[in-house]
Amino acid sequence: MSPLQKGAAFILCVIFALMVLATIVVPAPYARQFRDVPNAGPSTAHPLGTDALGRDSLSRLLYGTRVSLLLAPAAALLSTLIAALLGCAAGFLGGWFERIVLAVTDLSLALPWLFLLLTVRAMLPLDVPPMVSVIIAFLMMGLLGWQASVRVICAAARGVRDSDFLLLARSSGCKPARLLLRHVAPNLRPLFYVQFWISIPLFILTEANLSILGLGVMEPMPSWGNLLRGFEDFSALAANPWRLVPLILLVTVVMCFQLVVPSQEVTQ
Amino acid sequence: MRRAWAFLAFSFVMSWATVGRAESAGQSGGELHFCLRGEPKTFNPLLVEEDSSETIRYLTGGVLIRLNRQTQALEPGLAVSWKVSQEGRRIAFRLRSGLHFSDGTPFTPEDVAYTMKALMDPQLHSPTGDSFRSGEGQVDVQIPSPESVVVTFPAPVAGLERLFDQVAILSAHSPKKEMAVLGPFYVADYSPGSYVLLKRNPSYWKKDKAGKPLPYLDTVRLDIQRNRDIELLRFRRGEIHLINALDAEYFDRLQKETPAVVHDSGPGLDSEFMWFNQVPGAPLPEHKKNWFRTTEFRKAISMAINRADLSRIVFGGHAKPAFGPVSPANHFWFNTSLPVPQHDSAGALRLLEQAGFRLQGGTLLDSSGNRVEFTVITNAGNKSREQMVTMIQQDLLQIGIKVNLVTLDFPSLIERMTRTYDYEACLLGLVNTDLDPNSQMNVWLSSAENHQWNPKQSKPATAWEAELDRLMRAQSSATTDKKRKADWDRVQQIVAEQQPFIYLVNKDAMSAVSLAVMGSSPSVLNPHAFWNAELLRLGADPTLGAQK
Repeated sequence: MSPLQKGAAFILCVIFALMVLATIVVPAPYARQFRDVPNAGPSTAHPLGTDALGRDSLSRLLYGTRVSLLLAPAAALLSTLIAALLGCAAGFLGGWFERIVLAVTDLSLALPWLFLLLTVRAMLPLDVPPMVSVIIAFLMMGLLGWQASVRVICAAARGVRDSDFLLLARSSGCKPARLLLRHVAPNLRPLFYVQFWISIPLFILTEANLSILGLGVMEPMPSWGNLLRGFEDFSALAANPWRLVPLILLVTVVMCFQLVVPSQEVTQ
Repeated sequence: MRRAWAFLAFSFVMSWATVGRAESAGQSGGELHFCLRGEPKTFNPLLVEEDSSETIRYLTGGVLIRLNRQTQALEPGLAVSWKVSQEGRRIAFRLRSGLHFSDGTPFTPEDVAYTMKALMDPQLHSPTGDSFRSGEGQVDVQIPSPESVVVTFPAPVAGLERLFDQVAILSAHSPKKEMAVLGPFYVADYSPGSYVLLKRNPSYWKKDKAGKPLPYLDTVRLDIQRNRDIELLRFRRGEIHLINALDAEYFDRLQKETPAVVHDSGPGLDSEFMWFNQVPGAPLPEHKKNWFRTTEFRKAISMAINRADLSRIVFGGHAKPAFGPVSPANHFWFNTSLPVPQHDSAGALRLLEQAGFRLQGGTLLDSSGNRVEFTVITNAGNKSREQMVTMIQQDLLQIGIKVNLVTLDFPSLIERMTRTYDYEACLLGLVNTDLDPNSQMNVWLSSAENHQWNPKQSKPATAWEAELDRLMRAQSSATTDKKRKADWDRVQQIVAEQQPFIYLVNKDAMSAVSLAVMGSSPSVLNPHAFWNAELLRLGADPTLGAQK
């Protein structure tokens, strides 16, 4: 492990520790409104200031980290699993199966998923607790966010299909299922990692967009997504630079994940 | 000491000179530049139903009677005088003589007759004409002399003369049809999706105090710009002269940069409010329906909401706690005896206890032991409404009530509000452009579609709704404003007592006008910034003007 990787791992550990200990660390409950000090700057009472409704920004950031760092990777894992399953099978088997999978992928890419999500939101009951609605939102993102990864994984699996080691395994009597699970999938693992890691920030930002449409994390529960919505007002950002902290945290976490996880070359 | 006196004298002379220059700085001519927030759907003044077309109608249309946006009084327009008789069925106008349309066609009583017949033509479906339709039958227009017109309606029309502020007179004889106008400007050019160019009407009848023909401006260029951020940016760059309506966030941004250009005219006619679903057939648990139908419950919720905080925090102080369906900005129709809404959590709890609710371990329970919790829906993407619900969440948590927020896209929201009734409470706003109570008939009649808490009732569900029906019908057929005011005051009082709509705030009417524009005096009523367009003029200083 290089010093850079160690540094990244340390940062991640600190963030995770803060996330887990949020209940103890935070200066105030994330939903409590200090109405006398809306939009306040950093102070001893509120180290990162307060938001437009006077809620402590540090508390909201730590609780938001909890929501986003647990659910965005979960959604990314789900979408990567679906993509891995479909992409590997399509690339390895080829023929009509590959054509069907790619056609379905193209079709679902062409679907106006935004309207699909709106329809789903309209069909959901209104009295679901905020946490359940958050889980539903991320679950839907996971179920609908696999298409781009499928195409990449399918192309890579197609390359592996014609490799010598697979020919050797096949000639020694390996069954297709075993070939897929023991030979093809392990060779594509770095690609799965890459797809997984690039999906996380994508899902966090998607959640922010969905919040605007009423499908993401609802107030007063915080998430990185709805904290990033505060960036709509650029002039306020320039005057209050500490409001950039959620963005800095998002970038830091994604970068640290990229550094800590072994790259494709290293894995191979 | 002598030097000090000399300096003071010099300063006085200089300041006097500056005032003198400022007075003469306003010059006739020039082009006023601002944005329409959408494509005008029509140039026919009788078919206007959206903001952009309304702006053009206001700037180009000549009306018999004009409502002064500042004083809220009616003033003579094309009619020198008027008289309402036969209990509001008949109105007689004495017209100005020697007037011409923008194309030179003379203005005659036949034009008024032609306009009224077109307006009331059922085939035309004029939204303006709908306000005049009070009963079955034809409108009768008589021309007793070349300078007078008498219009008789089949049934009394409440607030009849005020409605003529919306009726731009058309020419019966001009080959240009509705493009020949009697207002201060006429439509000279229109590029769809880009701009509408209005030019000074050389035949406009009005003159200033010095006898100089109005309007002062040569042209008004209306750029079609839907994006409000771009509109703001263009204003800051000096590319446009005014923004007719600003929200609190943009107002504060501009105020920080140039405080002199922004104007907060005080509470406007628009209100934000919430209500509970009281539809008997709504797919809600029975115990929740019982809460929502209980007057004490609704009143307690109203008392527990801190409206002053909503105004201060969500709208940055650019809103005032709302009393009821009429804003204090509506000078004549506002019921001044209504109680000021007070935030009182303890009082709210007392009311709830009277209605059988009890607070147990910080949670409010009803008489059957159900936890009091409900979901408020509002339209997605509206930051201020989301913030209001979030603040209401904390206010109601103090009396043990849990509130959830769900934002929905507008079609889904409307579907739930008007068809499925699958919601518990809703927070929305009302854009009110008319001062007259008749404009709210479609809200307060129990049979109306916009009677949102329980719409389209075949007969009033409660005694107080029956009373509202009676009072609304009575005021709409009353002949005197005094009687109408008494009925409408009582309606406001019942609404305050029953809280079917829990009115939250009245947003301020805010606008921005460049320092280059002289004569501007923004008002609470729409159009806020250019209601006196004929008197506006541009300053001589080119650095303050809008650059093309």
